[in-house]
Amino acid sequence: MAEMDTSGGGGHKKGPGVKKGKKLSTRVDLTPMVDLGFLLITFFIFTTTMSQPTAMHLYLPKDVKDDEKNKVKNSAVLTLMLGKNDVIYYYEGDSAQGLKPTDFKKVRDIIIDKKRRTNPSDFVVILKPTVDATYKNTVNILDEMTIDQVKRYAMVDISPVEYNFIKLTENANGVH
Amino acid sequence: MGRAKLPRKSTNIDMTAMCDVAFLLLSFFILATKFKPPEALSVVTPSSVQTKTAPEKDVVLVTIDKDGKVYLSVSDANVSEKKQMLEAINTSKNIGLSDAEKANFVNIPNAYIGAPFSQLKSYLDKNPADLAHVVKPGIPAVDSTNNEMIDWFKAAQDAFQGKKMNILVKGDDASKYPSLQGVIIALKKNDLMKFQVVTSPVPVPIGTDLYNFQQQSNTKAVE
Repeated sequence: MAEMDTSGGGGHKKGPGVKKGKKLSTRVDLTPMVDLGFLLITFFIFTTTMSQPTAMHLYLPKDVKDDEKNKVKNSAVLTLMLGKNDVIYYYEGDSAQGLKPTDFKKVRDIIIDKKRRTNPSDFVVILKPTVDATYKNTVNILDEMTIDQVKRYAMVDISPVEYNFIKLTENANGVH
Repeated sequence: MGRAKLPRKSTNIDMTAMCDVAFLLLSFFILATKFKPPEALSVVTPSSVQTKTAPEKDVVLVTIDKDGKVYLSVSDANVSEKKQMLEAINTSKNIGLSDAEKANFVNIPNAYIGAPFSQLKSYLDKNPADLAHVVKPGIPAVDSTNNEMIDWFKAAQDAFQGKKMNILVKGDDASKYPSLQGVIIALKKNDLMKFQVVTSPVPVPIGTDLYNFQQQSNTKAVE
């Protein structure tokens, strides 16, 4: 018998000397097999990579001369500047004077709010990552454009003047 | 005493059903599994709502590690292109690599180029086994006057002529923006206007414009 005998002592033994052709049970003890099965399962669970990495497609604009650049309405522009410590500085229009800080949680409301107030064909978001911004910040804000379905956005280098503004704001807020 | 004697119950349980389940799950995981390739660089990619999976063939991968160092690698299926790229750089930059050094690079799967031109020879001199553990200086890309990625992309572009080259940028969460900027500048210089950023997928946040848009298109598709 392949099955483990746990009943303790032969319960149905005939007497001594009585030999009977034993009927072999077809039952097999599956416990070790189950053990092995689950061991392998855990192994495969730990080694598996379920989610394939995805790819975000980006198209770069051609470098053009200043006079060939697309003109945008100042009132329809939202500029987001990515600063240190995951802070976003934003302003509307073309004056960096009134820049306000925000973060990645609240930026969605700001974009949506601006989007709702602006003529869809004019609406443009300008992204300006500073040298202090991380790669994650950059990708997240690009992703935010997809999430909020901003049709027109551009990533441009920050001007020294604007970077100065951010520095001043950061210093005023005690960010180092 | 007249206490009824309880029949001694066997502690054996029928394991067949459990065994069935275990092996069903096992076969599922074996089929679904895809081994993580041993990576010399560990990079934590940011997440995005993108659903398209990253291509695996004809890939030129730019890796940015957490210190902002830039590395270049070519997918394993494109050995001839990899060779051609190294050959082109070798000639144009007068590095004077020996055949053994070239072979050294080409034969290592997933090998990263992670050294400036000046150090490329000594970098490839190393034993393939050691190469994985060596501290790599990275390819200079941040400095605008010495952006070696421009040359590498040019070599890649020539090597992949007639094929669709997929440029993938895989950056670490913690790396700073200038590294990415350097890569973008190098791409622009070569008129390579399309590239892809490797991300890990996350679901679209509920209530956003994209979410609503997808819901609408889904219901349309059902109708």
